[in-house]
Amino acid sequence: MSRTPLLETPPEAAAVAAPDLRRPRPTRRWRRLVSPVVLVLGWELAARTGVLAPEKLPAPSDVLATGWRLSRDGTLAVHLLDSLTRAGAGLLIGGVLALVLGTVAGLLRLGDDLVDPPVQMARMLPHLGLVPLLIIWVGIGESLKISLVALGAFFPIYFNTYAGIRDIDERLVEAARACGLGQAARLRHVVLPGALPSLFLGLRLAIGAAWLSLVVGEQVNAQTGIGFLMMEAREFSQTDVVVLGLLVYALLGLISDLALRVAERRMLTWRRGLRAS
Amino acid sequence: MATRTASQLTGATPVLTAHAIHRAFGPAVVLAGVDLTIARGEVVALLGSSGSGKSTLLRVLAGLDGDASGETVVHGTAAVVFQEHRLLPWKRVAANVGLGLSGPDTAGRVDRALREVGLAERHRAWPAELSGGQAQRVAVARALVREPDLLLLDEPFGALDALTRLRMQVLLRRLRAEHGFAALLVTHDVEEALLLADRILLLDDGRIAAELPVDLGPTRTPDDPGFGALRRHLLDRLGVPTT
Repeated sequence: MSRTPLLETPPEAAAVAAPDLRRPRPTRRWRRLVSPVVLVLGWELAARTGVLAPEKLPAPSDVLATGWRLSRDGTLAVHLLDSLTRAGAGLLIGGVLALVLGTVAGLLRLGDDLVDPPVQMARMLPHLGLVPLLIIWVGIGESLKISLVALGAFFPIYFNTYAGIRDIDERLVEAARACGLGQAARLRHVVLPGALPSLFLGLRLAIGAAWLSLVVGEQVNAQTGIGFLMMEAREFSQTDVVVLGLLVYALLGLISDLALRVAERRMLTWRRGLRAS
Repeated sequence: MATRTASQLTGATPVLTAHAIHRAFGPAVVLAGVDLTIARGEVVALLGSSGSGKSTLLRVLAGLDGDASGETVVHGTAAVVFQEHRLLPWKRVAANVGLGLSGPDTAGRVDRALREVGLAERHRAWPAELSGGQAQRVAVARALVREPDLLLLDEPFGALDALTRLRMQVLLRRLRAEHGFAALLVTHDVEEALLLADRILLLDDGRIAAELPVDLGPTRTPDDPGFGALRRHLLDRLGVPTT
C-alpha cells in the first residue's frame, strides 16, 4: 500500500534523496536498453538463419509485417475494438460496484460488518477458476467475458478503496471538523483526496486484472477480439498472428499503465510537493 | 469548586463557561468535574503534567469530543490550533487557511491572515514544502482568519525547536495585542505559560487543582523579578524539585 509521505521526512532530506530515487542517471538508462535490444536482435538473427523454425517462432520483423498487414485491412481494428469494449464494460461494472461497496465498508461501521466478511471470503477464490461456473450461469457469450473482467477488476478496487479510506489520518478529519466542515464537506475535502492515491493504485491493479481476465475469457467461444484472433491463428498455425496478439496485449497493458500514471501525476501534484513549485 | 474569575466579579459576559466536565476512557477517569470560565480577551494557560487530561479538556471545550458530559457554552466563535499543524497535504497553503470559510472576500481575508503570520508569499506552496515552524504559522493563520473570540491552543509550539518556539511566542503575543482574542493555552511549559498567560490553571487528578493570576505586565521577560518566584512556585506545585 502506498502511503502519503506526510511530515516525517524533513524537506532537506527529501530534496537530496528524490532525484536519485526517481530516475537513474542518463548513462544508466542507456545501459538498461542494451539487453532487450540484444535479445530482439538475437531472436531476429536466429529466425533469419533458420535456427528458429518459423512455425515455432517467426522473426520479429515478420510479426511486425503481419501487424501492418492486419491493421491496413482493418482486421486488427475490429478485433481490438471488441476487446476494448469488453474490457471497458467489465471495468466499469466491476469498478463502480467495488467503489460503492468499498466506500460503504470503509466509512460505516455497519457497512464494514456486513460487506467486508463476504468480500474477504470471495477473495480467496481465484476468479479465473470460476469460468466453468460462469459458463453455466451466464452462458458462453459476451456476458461471460464481461463478467470475468468485472470480477477481476472488482477486488483490487474494493480493497484499495477500503484501505484508502481507513488509512486517512483521523487528526486531519478532526481539524476539518474544527474548521466547521460538515459531513459532506469533510468527505469532499478530506476523505476523497486522502483516499485518491490508494484509488489510483487500485485502478492500476484492476486494469492489469482486466487484461488478464480478457485473455482467458476471449479463448472461450469468442467470434471476435484479440484472443479469438490468436485462437484462430493457432488452428491455422499462423504463429506470427499469435505472437502479434501477445504483443497487442502487452501494448494495451503498457499504454493503460502510462495513461494512468500521467493522470496520477496531474491529480496528485501535492505528493511531489517539493518539485512542484 | 467553581473557579472564580475577574469577569464574574465585574459581571461581563465570559467568552467561555464550562461546568462539570466529565470524561472517562473506560474505567480511567480523566476529567472529574472541571469548571472553567474565560473572560473576553483573557489568556488562560492550562498547565499539568503529561497525562493529566489537558488536551482531553481542550478537545471537549472545542466540541470535538462527543463522549464527554458536562456543559460548555462559548459566547462567540472559537478556533483551534493543534500540536501538529494538521494542514491537509493535498491543499495549497491558501486553500488550507480558507478551509470551510464562507462569505465575501474570502481570498482577501486569507491573504491578510497569511500576511499577519509573515507567510503571504508562500500562499501557493504545498504543506510538505514548509518547515515545521512555517506550517505551524499557517495553522495559526487558519485559526486567525475565522476572527475567533476564543483561540484554543493545544500545545501549539510543543513540536517546534526551542528557537522557533520563542519566535512563535512573540508572534502570538503580538497577534493577541492586535486582535484581542481570548485564548486557552494548553502547555506543559511553565515558562511559556508565564510569558503568555494572564492566569494559570493547574490541572491535576481530573480537576482544576490551583489557580494563579500572573501580574507581570504585557511585555514580560523571564528576567523580571517576579518571574522566577512564580516559576518556582508552579514547578513546586507540579512536583518538580527546584534547587
